[in-house]
Amino acid sequence: MKNDQNVSTRIVAPSLLTVSPSPHIKKGITTRGIMIDVVIALLPALVWSIYVFGFRSLSVVLVSVASCVIFEVLFELIARKPITVLDFSAVVSGVLLGFNMPATVPLWIPIVGGAFAMIVVKGLFGGLGKNIVNPILAARVFLFSWTDIINTFSEPFSSLPIFSFSVDSADIVASATPLSPMKEGMLPDNSLVDMVLGTKSGCLGEVSGLLIAVGGIYLLARRVITWHIPVAYIGTVMLITFLFPMAGEDAVQFMLYQTFSGGLILGAVFMATDYVTSPITEMGKLIFGVGCGLLTVFIRYFGGYPEGVSFAILIMNLLVGYIDKFTKPKRFGGVTKDAK
Amino acid sequence: MNGKKILSQFKEGLLTNNPVFVQLLGMCSALAITTTVINALGMGLSVTAVLICSNVIISLLRKIIPKQIRIASYIVIISGFVTVVEMLLKAFAPAISKSLGLFIPLIVVNCIILARAEAYASRHSVLPSAIDGLAMGVGYTVAVVVLAFVRELFGSGTILGITVLGDWYKPVGMLINPAGAFITLGCIIAAVQKFLMKKQDRDFKKEGNEGKVNG
Repeated sequence: MKNDQNVSTRIVAPSLLTVSPSPHIKKGITTRGIMIDVVIALLPALVWSIYVFGFRSLSVVLVSVASCVIFEVLFELIARKPITVLDFSAVVSGVLLGFNMPATVPLWIPIVGGAFAMIVVKGLFGGLGKNIVNPILAARVFLFSWTDIINTFSEPFSSLPIFSFSVDSADIVASATPLSPMKEGMLPDNSLVDMVLGTKSGCLGEVSGLLIAVGGIYLLARRVITWHIPVAYIGTVMLITFLFPMAGEDAVQFMLYQTFSGGLILGAVFMATDYVTSPITEMGKLIFGVGCGLLTVFIRYFGGYPEGVSFAILIMNLLVGYIDKFTKPKRFGGVTKDAK
Repeated sequence: MNGKKILSQFKEGLLTNNPVFVQLLGMCSALAITTTVINALGMGLSVTAVLICSNVIISLLRKIIPKQIRIASYIVIISGFVTVVEMLLKAFAPAISKSLGLFIPLIVVNCIILARAEAYASRHSVLPSAIDGLAMGVGYTVAVVVLAFVRELFGSGTILGITVLGDWYKPVGMLINPAGAFITLGCIIAAVQKFLMKKQDRDFKKEGNEGKVNG
């Protein structure tokens, strides 16, 4: 009889008190808030790219953002899913996608890239939080289909038409990125100051390591990202390039050239730290970062392309599930093997 | 052996149990040779020919072949027909034979053929086995041709070697690469599964309602 009463109170309780699984303490952090922080962190690099490559780079980024947003909405309409465009993740994808191409691209390149990223890589896998690889990097690799277009870099401060759909190849003062001579075992002509500040040729968002790092520090201060992945990633690249320099007389100099060239800092701060495609635990993040660093240097040293950041992060993205499995923390109070 | 049964066999081969899109058999050839429609057609017809012949012979011999060594026997029969097809291609279609290369001899180990031998021909009489071979072969051919159509159209802008998308079109080089084969196949499989699941839902609802009426 007493037991019966207990049961009945237990059944009544939920209607009086709210019973819910953890977490119980909530903060006003939303996807949208985080994404807006990321956009703010990307602004310094965007302003710099406008300074170096002119307003053409702004139109490339804007077309890219528009493409990502429109294709995400279109996909969600066709798939009859809730429209998630207000979470701003498509905007972040758009800015980063624009950052991953040179200013000389015809404007259909960001449109096609946005469609591939949002539909094939993100939408078909179930939308935000379910994609297995970083959509922007996958789109960048997809855009390598047009190698000659995506690898035509213009000289910094050369004037490019702002609005025209494509840039006449005669107008482009072509210039190799600093990574190309390094692939052949020479140091580039750019001075180290150029490398750090970003007065060099390259993709829109990757040229200024300094300003990307500023954005990264903002994200760290806002606790949007943790230090583990960027530090492990860039640290690994610095260590290996210092130990095994391929050019120049001074190992430190070569290390700095490698660190500030290509998309290393952009990738380490903004791409590798993507929540969806990076490990959860701190240990896992360190392993992930070191793996990205190793693969980047290996591709730069021995691979077919001068740059390896995109491929390195994509390959490590695919391993995240395994890393998470191996670094699963022990449950507190759980039975240890010895006790069994 | 009536018309309805034959129809259902073809429906299975083409759609509901399609060897490539549903059973995911014969992936190696389906991914490798689908860069052009003509290659896919050649490969599809070769596989269909081998499939029909091997199904017929295995069905005829199904009571003679001892159970313990059946796989080995099937392989011997299949490889015999593959050799015939290979020689015929070399003699009458040298261009296709050259571009398909190693993938013709590799039909011997194509799992579609072995799967149909084991799952169907060894348990059914000659005529249904022959029809099964034809249905599955056509299903394979349709699948690889669809795959190759998408890859050739967007990857090179041509169909059967004829330029379809004009000079303005910049081909998506990636679709011709192996990675492009996987991405295209994945998208097509997703579409086929979506279609089949919708159909399943409809059938289920229909059955459910009928059950209610009867009950």
